[in-house]
Amino acid sequence: MDTDKTKVQSLIDKHQGLKKNLIAILLDIQESFNYLPPDALRQVAKSLGMPLIDVCGVATFYRAFSLTPRGKHICLVCLGTACHVRGGPKILEELERKLDVPAGETTKDGQFTLETVACLGCCAIGPVVVIDGEYHGHATIRKIGPILTKYQKPQAS
Amino acid sequence: MITFRMNGLEVKAEEGWSLLETAKFYGLAIPTLCHHEGLTEFGGCRLCVVEIGEGLRSKLVSACTYPAEEGLVVRTDTTRVWAARRMMIELMLAMAPGSKVLQDLASKFNVTRVRFKLRHGECVLCGLCTRICAEQMDAAAIGFQQRGHKRKISTPFDARSEVCRLCGACMYICPACQLRCQGPDADTAICNGCLTMEPSCLDHYDDLQCWMYDAGRCGTCVQEKKS
Repeated sequence: MDTDKTKVQSLIDKHQGLKKNLIAILLDIQESFNYLPPDALRQVAKSLGMPLIDVCGVATFYRAFSLTPRGKHICLVCLGTACHVRGGPKILEELERKLDVPAGETTKDGQFTLETVACLGCCAIGPVVVIDGEYHGHATIRKIGPILTKYQKPQAS
Repeated sequence: MITFRMNGLEVKAEEGWSLLETAKFYGLAIPTLCHHEGLTEFGGCRLCVVEIGEGLRSKLVSACTYPAEEGLVVRTDTTRVWAARRMMIELMLAMAPGSKVLQDLASKFNVTRVRFKLRHGECVLCGLCTRICAEQMDAAAIGFQQRGHKRKISTPFDARSEVCRLCGACMYICPACQLRCQGPDADTAICNGCLTMEPSCLDHYDDLQCWMYDAGRCGTCVQEKKS
């Protein structure tokens, strides 16, 4: 717990403890803890001298932030118009089945977080699945299995 | 002093006045919901919209946040303004049909139907409670959380806030907390009881008058008068 506090404090200090750097601070905390722990938010609010509710407002407003622990790999499924027409929902269904979690949640082993996005701007290669920033275009239900095992492998060995 | 025209009338406003303040000073009625004296302006309810400019260049702005400008032409009660206000009332009514303030506004503006899916959220996100909490009570215990259709007013982490003193100011100021009169049609989206305030039961019972008989249970006193 203490190490957490010093770490959060160092991240706040990195941004000179200025209110205008709130988002940058939260992003750094998110990166090091993989989510925003409530205690960290309290500490940020205290250090920046702003109400906790405002910090929470920012933290819940942006999708980049998560208040619950996120998985090791972030899996995004595009459900934009183009991807939707080309079968995005079916791919999401397959991923939900394979990972055994509904969209927006994290698998029990903490490996994957399944999320949906409205559009990624690469409709030409739709339907798109993005895992850890890597784009997998022209996704099909058959391709989902091999793609997932690629990310599961390091954990198994 | 800033001189501009409001409803054809030449008005003078102090530096820093909003259109709403100027209108109030001159006795022009502009309906408001999210505006409250002593709190910062929010411009969220859009009930105070007025039309500025003339002809094709005219546009709707919220009077509470628009500062008085030299030479501005403002009209507070055009057809367009009324249509916008009525639409806002209809939309907000769909969010919180149980609110007395909104039902009264609906009656006042003759909004007799709600074409939207009722949410029964009992909150129109006017932000009055968050502002009174932060600005007058100096607590900032509640605020907006999430965004889009999930946006809501809540405490941090949806738990009991450490800074809340249970002063109740948020409930005092909330336009949706006060329930509408639970007349005979409490389940319907819109009451409109205040459109006609004349009791209609006198027509049916010549010498009998209903004095507080389970106030409003028979419902005739909030029904339209039979012609």
